[in-house]
Amino acid sequence: MIDEIGGFALILGLVLSLTQVVLSGAARVRRSAVLAGAGEGAALAAFLGVAIAFAALMHAFVVSDFSVANVAANSHTEKPLLYRVAGTWGSHEGSMLLWCLALTGFGAAVAMLGRGLPAGLKAVTVATQGLLGTVFLAYTVFASNPFVRLLDPPVEGRSLNPLLQDPALAVHPPFLYSGYVGLSVVFSLAAAALVEGRVDAAWARWVRPWALAGWSLLTIGITLGAFWAYYELGWGGWWFWDPVENASFMPWLIATALLHSAVVTEKRGALSGWTVFLAMAAFTFSMLGAFLVRSGVLTSVHAFAVDPTRGVLLLIILGVTAGSGFLLFAWRAPSLAPGGLFAPVSRESALVLNNILLAAATATVLLGTLYPLIREALTGESISVGPPYFNLTFTPLMTALILLVPAGPLLSWKRADAQGVAQRLGLAALIAVGAGLAAYAMVSPRKAFACAGIALGVWLIGGTLSELAERSRAFAGDWAETRRRLTGLPRGAWGMTLAHIGLGVFVLGACVETGWKVEAAETLSLGGHLKLGAYELTLEKVQGVDGPNYDAERATLHAVRNGREICTPRPERRFYPAGGQTTSEVAICTRGANHLYVVLGERREAAGAKAPVWLVRAYWNPWALFIFIGPVIMALGGFISLSDRRLRLGVGKRAARPA
Amino acid sequence: MRRGLAILAAVLCMAAAADPAERLADPSQEARARAIFQEVRCLVCQNESIDDSQAELAADLRRLVRDEIKAGRTDQQVRAYLVSRYGEFVLLKPAFSLGNAALWGAPFAVVGLGLLLWRGNLRRRRAVDSEDLSPEEAKRLAGLADDAER
Repeated sequence: MIDEIGGFALILGLVLSLTQVVLSGAARVRRSAVLAGAGEGAALAAFLGVAIAFAALMHAFVVSDFSVANVAANSHTEKPLLYRVAGTWGSHEGSMLLWCLALTGFGAAVAMLGRGLPAGLKAVTVATQGLLGTVFLAYTVFASNPFVRLLDPPVEGRSLNPLLQDPALAVHPPFLYSGYVGLSVVFSLAAAALVEGRVDAAWARWVRPWALAGWSLLTIGITLGAFWAYYELGWGGWWFWDPVENASFMPWLIATALLHSAVVTEKRGALSGWTVFLAMAAFTFSMLGAFLVRSGVLTSVHAFAVDPTRGVLLLIILGVTAGSGFLLFAWRAPSLAPGGLFAPVSRESALVLNNILLAAATATVLLGTLYPLIREALTGESISVGPPYFNLTFTPLMTALILLVPAGPLLSWKRADAQGVAQRLGLAALIAVGAGLAAYAMVSPRKAFACAGIALGVWLIGGTLSELAERSRAFAGDWAETRRRLTGLPRGAWGMTLAHIGLGVFVLGACVETGWKVEAAETLSLGGHLKLGAYELTLEKVQGVDGPNYDAERATLHAVRNGREICTPRPERRFYPAGGQTTSEVAICTRGANHLYVVLGERREAAGAKAPVWLVRAYWNPWALFIFIGPVIMALGGFISLSDRRLRLGVGKRAARPA
Repeated sequence: MRRGLAILAAVLCMAAAADPAERLADPSQEARARAIFQEVRCLVCQNESIDDSQAELAADLRRLVRDEIKAGRTDQQVRAYLVSRYGEFVLLKPAFSLGNAALWGAPFAVVGLGLLLWRGNLRRRRAVDSEDLSPEEAKRLAGLADDAER
């Protein structure tokens, strides 16, 4: 019964989305406030419909209703509750429903929160959002309905892949999808701005909160995914330049560029065409990602079950939505006002350079992802584009960008004093170069690239902090004044500062981890030793463990450094009978920002030996924690910036200045 | 959230190359072998290097590379041998060839194009002097802006 309600609510959501398009569209044509209100009501109702459908599907997963094909294929009665809940978005159908939920949710949010928007702009935005909702809901209802029933329900389900039964991965999709789809509002606002023919400072200010929300959520979603790969796949890698990862990274890069170009449009009225273009491109890349992951055109370690028909449908959706968006752009953009004048050395120029580099980085990732397809289609030869390509192209682009970042906020608008900025960053540059050289001199083995990475990370953090010091006159000696200035800084400025520092922290972690990671592997019998740098690991015992839906072998090791016991890693090797799969549960000891990472491999019968042996692998990952903390700081910066009163929606009139 | 056969490959990928049973005796040779592994694709896997994959074919390829290195071949010769046997597909790092010119050149071409557009834009702007926001725009922005902004 509940499943039928869910299926019905989903169709209702589709119909209401269509109603939203018609009502809001009519509201714009007739300039009618009543129709606009009705359109907004329809947006809210559509969201409620999809939310009910989503709740119904979640219910089916929680109670293990195997008469629903999707539940039977992806759940199992023995699975812990968290993973039964997470199973809701664990399959293609369920994840499309999550996508629709986020899409209608953001549609309802813009309808309810966008009180400060001009009536026409808002009506077109709500209508466009409804159009996107209609398209994706139609796809979900007709081509990938999660409520399809089985005539002959099985007694037991086929379970979710055990690798995916993990807390980080359980919450990874909701963040990722909210991020992807948060960018849909930006798309709709861009389309509306083009229809209305106004892209100005006020518009850029309206776009920013949505771009910020999408960007921050996407940052968290990607980081969760990377963290999951790091500790679940069992070899300490966290980014593989896999097509699916690239699919989530491209919208992030574009959203980053958008956040920066929107600042120029907001403060100086310049770059308006480019900002609109980026606003459309961001969600286009989100949709491209949805297509790449689901169509099976690319081989990836983690793709959904491949279905060419659905792939073609998604490609059509992508082509039609993005195509019409960019046609609108080509038609209307030339009429946009050119905006303010600026000199080659100015904050505008720095942000333009930022955008050029981010656009080039996106193009690189896109080309690297699609090139094998293109080349095969053109010449019939198949080649591979793997991590070495991205390391050689993406890294220099990002290095150039990072060198530029601390200077950006110090440059003044319109025309800046390059020499003055160089002077103010002198100290940060000195510290950065010093840190790099010190690492080169003192850390063995010598790694020039990793040392350069340290210099870059320190430069980012130091440069950003010197800008903060500058703003608060921290070196003037008047602490009361400094404190007053710091508390008086707008949240947007704090957000920017945190985001840049977070990037610096990430760069430090990524470079040090990549540069000085140590690996060791040995087959150990009980009592055997494994040497890993300064650490010695001893295998004490291996025991059997009965999990809720798996059987495991759990090893207990002792990690000793200089005769002192540091920690007791307990890695596991699990066997899930439902799917017949084996996974490894890594044991990670955190020492400061460093990780001692231990993996239990397979049991082997050594030739001629009486006792069994186990393959044990261990890694020393220095500063690995920074790789994940950095992006969290960046996202935090995004959220803080989002709470800035200037961006708060509905704040129409001048608020009193806080004392 | 992702399923399918593809995932099996991921289950099996656990830095297989570190297996002590496979290692070369000479550490410097072993290090060279590992560096090559990271640039060689496991042909039957979804998207992994033979350094990571536990598939049987990956183990065969690793043995092949290690044997070649032990026989005194240079890295270049080993790669050339792999390409002659399995085609360019086997290399995760595409060759710097004419066919891949677009691939390797594009990132820098995009930067160049961007810089050119920027320069053109600066010039055009200087020609059309529209210094500031129009008075109405400035007023509207001021209305939206908060005093906290400095």
